[in-house]
Amino acid sequence: MGCSRKSFARAATALFTLGLPCLQGLSAGNPSGQEIARDVYKGNCLACHRIPGDPSAVSLADIGPPLIHIRERFPDRSALRSQLWDPMVRNPKTVMPPFGKHKILTEEEIDLIVDYLYQY
Amino acid sequence: MRQLSGLTGAFRLLLFIALWYSALVVASPEDDRSQLTEFFQARFPGVPLEDYVYGALIANPGGRQQYEQIMEFPPFLSDIEKGKRIWETAFHNGRGFADCFPGRGHGVVGNYPYFDEMLGRVVTFENAINACLRINGETEFAYGEREPMGVLTAYARTLSDGMRINVRVDSERAVAKYEAGKNLFFRRIGQLNAACAGCHLYNAGKIMRMEIISPALGQAAHWPIFRGGEELMTFQGRFKRCMEQMRAVPYGFDSDEWNNLEYFLSYLSNGLPLKSSVFRK
Repeated sequence: MGCSRKSFARAATALFTLGLPCLQGLSAGNPSGQEIARDVYKGNCLACHRIPGDPSAVSLADIGPPLIHIRERFPDRSALRSQLWDPMVRNPKTVMPPFGKHKILTEEEIDLIVDYLYQY
Repeated sequence: MRQLSGLTGAFRLLLFIALWYSALVVASPEDDRSQLTEFFQARFPGVPLEDYVYGALIANPGGRQQYEQIMEFPPFLSDIEKGKRIWETAFHNGRGFADCFPGRGHGVVGNYPYFDEMLGRVVTFENAINACLRINGETEFAYGEREPMGVLTAYARTLSDGMRINVRVDSERAVAKYEAGKNLFFRRIGQLNAACAGCHLYNAGKIMRMEIISPALGQAAHWPIFRGGEELMTFQGRFKRCMEQMRAVPYGFDSDEWNNLEYFLSYLSNGLPLKSSVFRK
């Protein structure tokens, strides 16, 4: 789950690839955007979304759209951020929780998830 | 005299218009039920109506097969036996639970919940169990506890297996309780801001992580469940779990909110066959 020693070793030999989040993840006190997204008590994104670009993201969920082509769908970073903060603004009938408005995540955690998602 | 009959006529006309108007703006429970049924039959084409009592398994043929195999020798038979012993043990006055229900308790559960006009509230099957105890001078069982109430209903409800759910919503006051239950079903709750309808209506059949979401139609027919074959969970026990998962403070067993919700959900499953004490993974 997440970043193993093996993937860290691979990432260490290819610093400027997508291995970078793995390096972030291994700093104990600072969970990465990927870890926050993965954490069932925090983002829990995989409950409703697939992230096809992240091979370690195991989910069959099809409630929300797959999280891909994020840059094309949200060229404006603040739009993606708002979507996480309060998704009811864009879609009053959404089942997606308001991660910012209801303080499910901190503002910093939301920023880290946005960074993580922009890879895909 | 003529003046008086004219007034009566005007009043009658007004009453007729008011009723006609209210019938237009407020969908009846029967309208809700048939609309819901149509909605799900469109979403799950080819699934027989009676199969909805199997919940999420209607969208998972492999899971349904496993379920049938497990139900041949369910792992929770000892709990049902416990319930049977409680049901069959006489009260101090020599009477028993079977004396409180028509047909000695066979073929009754489908009539619950019902709206009691005298009490002015919804009465669940568990309420009826406790009324039986109370009337016979026995101590009532606590709602929401695994024993004795949970295991007792795990047995007692099986006496109505196969019975078609037949919940009545007849009077205006009964409709108000039904509407209160419906209101909760559609209301966003908790830190996660979710409504029952969000998952069990609009996203029924979709997958949450690895699990298929069950449709609201049929949900009332199959309680208690034994999760993993062991964890006894009643219908209101599931309300509790769901509310906690949405990070809302649960209302509480035998609360008006949950009794009204049970009333609403049971009405929606009218006509479906009961099957109590079932396995869920």
